[in-house]
Amino acid sequence: MGSSRSGRAAIIIGSLVATAILTWAIFVAFADSANTPQTTFIPASVQAALVRDAYMIIFILAGVVFFAIMAVTLIFTLLYRERPGQTALQFHGNSKLEVVWTLIPVIIVVIMAVPTFSAISETSKAPPADALKVVAIGHQWWFEFQYPELGLTTANELHVPVGRAVSVTLESKDVIHSFWVPQLSGKVDMMPGHRNHLWFTPTQARPEPYLAQCAEFCGISHANMRFRVFVRPAADFDAWTKSTAADRTAPTTDIAKAGEAQFAASGCVGCHTVKGNAAAAGTVGPNLTHFGSRTTLGSGVVDSNPQNIRKWLANPQNVKPGALMPNLNLSQDALDKLVPYLEGLK
Amino acid sequence: MATAVGALAHTEEHSGLWSWLTTVDHKKIGALYGITGFLFFLLGGAEAVAIRTQLAVPNGTVVDAARFNELFTMHALTMIFLAIMPMGAAFFNYFIPLQIGARDVAFPRLNALSYWVFLSGAVILTSSFFLGGAPDGGWFAYVPLTGKQYSPGTGLDFYVVGLMVLGLSSLLASLNFAVTIINMRAPGMTLMRMPVYMWIALVVAFLLILSLPVLTVGLIQLLFDRKFGTNFFTPGSGGDPILWQHIFWIFGHPEVYVLILPAMGIVSEVLPVMSRKPLFGYSAIVFASASIGVLGFGVWAHHMFTTGLGTVPQVVFSASTMAIGVPTGIKIFNWLGTMYGGNIRFVTATYFAVAFIATFTIGGISGVMHASPSVDAQHQDSYFVVAHLHYVLFGGAIMGIFSGIFYWFPKMTGRLLDEATGKLTFWLMFVGLNLTFFPMHFLGLAGMPRRIYTYDAGLGWETWNFVATIGAYTIAASVLVFVVNFLMTMRKPRTAPDNPWDGATLEWATSSPPPEHDFDVIPPVHDRDPLWYMRDHNIAMPAPPEHQHIHMPPPSYFPLIMGLGVAMMAIGVLSTFAITALGIVVVIYSTWGWVLEPTD
Repeated sequence: MGSSRSGRAAIIIGSLVATAILTWAIFVAFADSANTPQTTFIPASVQAALVRDAYMIIFILAGVVFFAIMAVTLIFTLLYRERPGQTALQFHGNSKLEVVWTLIPVIIVVIMAVPTFSAISETSKAPPADALKVVAIGHQWWFEFQYPELGLTTANELHVPVGRAVSVTLESKDVIHSFWVPQLSGKVDMMPGHRNHLWFTPTQARPEPYLAQCAEFCGISHANMRFRVFVRPAADFDAWTKSTAADRTAPTTDIAKAGEAQFAASGCVGCHTVKGNAAAAGTVGPNLTHFGSRTTLGSGVVDSNPQNIRKWLANPQNVKPGALMPNLNLSQDALDKLVPYLEGLK
Repeated sequence: MATAVGALAHTEEHSGLWSWLTTVDHKKIGALYGITGFLFFLLGGAEAVAIRTQLAVPNGTVVDAARFNELFTMHALTMIFLAIMPMGAAFFNYFIPLQIGARDVAFPRLNALSYWVFLSGAVILTSSFFLGGAPDGGWFAYVPLTGKQYSPGTGLDFYVVGLMVLGLSSLLASLNFAVTIINMRAPGMTLMRMPVYMWIALVVAFLLILSLPVLTVGLIQLLFDRKFGTNFFTPGSGGDPILWQHIFWIFGHPEVYVLILPAMGIVSEVLPVMSRKPLFGYSAIVFASASIGVLGFGVWAHHMFTTGLGTVPQVVFSASTMAIGVPTGIKIFNWLGTMYGGNIRFVTATYFAVAFIATFTIGGISGVMHASPSVDAQHQDSYFVVAHLHYVLFGGAIMGIFSGIFYWFPKMTGRLLDEATGKLTFWLMFVGLNLTFFPMHFLGLAGMPRRIYTYDAGLGWETWNFVATIGAYTIAASVLVFVVNFLMTMRKPRTAPDNPWDGATLEWATSSPPPEHDFDVIPPVHDRDPLWYMRDHNIAMPAPPEHQHIHMPPPSYFPLIMGLGVAMMAIGVLSTFAITALGIVVVIYSTWGWVLEPTD
């Protein structure tokens, strides 16, 4: 095979078919991976959709180049492997071909550049004046979210209304972190000493949160620095703003009341704010005013439930290595009181 | 005067420990670089296997978070500075004089010093594991995380000092290589008749000469921030963490080409020889390599697209990054052009070289993809980038190095590696690398960030992480098979012919392995492929004159002593400055002895 005309045709067709099947299989696996909870390929905001459109063109180009180079490599490998009686052609090159294949990559990158630069210019515009303003602050290893116009502060869960631009100012209290909600916005770093900005207009409200995660290596618990974004209909968002602006739900049961006292006695108040509890005004740790209404604790490490809250309080580093909250060596009695108190902070 | 400093007798022995410690022979130094680099390749591989074992399943418990961060940091540092660079330097050392028809490099003792300084840096960096913890801030060591406040341990000091020492070694070696290539070519070997591999050695030398000083400046600043409380990179005190990123990547991106260009050079040697035809588009490949070298200095900020550079820098660095894809594309087409119409001998070296085209192309494609800042905002610091860089550095650099090992092994040792075992190595490695690194594209698309020691179930990351881990073990098996092949082959007699592949370049004109003086007679060069020209025109190698005295530089122990002095200077920074002072004395003493050493 290979020496005859039909043998050569078989090699070429076979290689093209094999490479096409490979390319198709890879494409299927890509499509399958796109359909996952933290996907980077299914946009849910105007800006993420623009980026995805540019990405799509680049992705298809990449697929074409992949197919072409793999197919040619395979064909040449099979066609020109040594055979008795075959001799190698002797030539040093071909200037016309050099020009052609210098132009091919030039054309490809120009095709890439156009949607890229238009997406950059679109996403780097100033956000509209009526955008919801949010200040996102990176801490080792959790996210703080402030709504300066609404006077709200929360942690690890960002709530935004659908259809309205959200303008996020990015800051860091310590090292470099990165704000990345794959479906809503590509990442922008949170840089100590600098103020970065990004904005996005969510297009799809849904009950389940958009998953997000710190994308810049920031120390021992980088893997555990996650957050969630809730995109809600405007009315739901307004309701959330109201309840979040309110003071903490005052403890009603005896045990929860005892928990509030314990919260002060154990020194928790030094680092955490609980609005409505005058003693608790610390700002080093996350604001806990509505801790009980959050879905996770420890910046998305575990679900928020009584067992996990207890585990966390008993030894934070056990749940999240390096967590800056000290292990307070709380007694079982103290834990019994604190858990219902914290759970009740709705 | 000379006898006053030369307290120890020079050895005239050609084997034994003392001959290796005092050698100035570029071939022995090349072998030292190669063996050392390969041992560190095994260490870096072991670190990779540990990482992949931890990530095989969600919420893995094989290593803890702190150890994991050390492992991924040291995996990168080991592979880049202690494995790929020295293995590249091993071939440069061995083959620069042989390919240009010289008897040694321009500065043989400086060459030995480069190796001893490299070994000091490698040992210092790796010893951190046993001396208070390895660096754990990533190979890029972004401040403020790596400043004293957030990394109070000694790991980052080992990083700073280790990299400074290693940088010194590469700088000395690069100056030596550049001078050698420019000045010591055989008669008739004009620049445009040099093997492509020599062109690439020259480009790499200049990349290192121009980029390492920048890194060294940054490292000194970081060291001062950490040791003496300066504020080069401290936000809030007038410093700026972005400055470190610029400095690091102005070194860091040319460094990528330092790692990949030598592999491109090896493939540009292997493909024409095995295809039995001249390299397609020699000048195009030469100019492409040179322009990669130049453009390589103008793309660094694409590592910083997400740092808030602003629109204009994003567009500029995006355009320059896309532009650097063009010469890379030209090379790929020319390698395919070299295969076209050939009568290709498929030995193990060819397998690795052809597979290099395929796997490096995958890394090249994904590289051009995130030249788009918009796409990069999704790719940056995700597993997509991990896939990309490993296709370039494993699919590219390592595949190229293995091709070179199989291609040049007979020349270096007089023995041919076993082909059947070699092909087993190839297939295991080829399958293993694709199993390990291709799924990482899918993981990146599914939003998995890099450098995380753990992940939860339910994010659609389980399958491909598990597959990647199986791939890592497959690669480990392939390397093990190679080690067995190496050890078995080294026990066999030296039966390899001088030119087993009908090679075209001058290293094949001498014996396998070459004599200490490389060539009995320096061969004349008439053409780009000198040995093929002589073969086709029935020109015999000129016979050596009956009585000739070839003067070779004598062995010297001063490079070793100076290397120890440099090591002491570095160790002093990590412990007490008194040792640094002592190291300076040793360096001055050895300089004195070096200068006054008799040359025969």
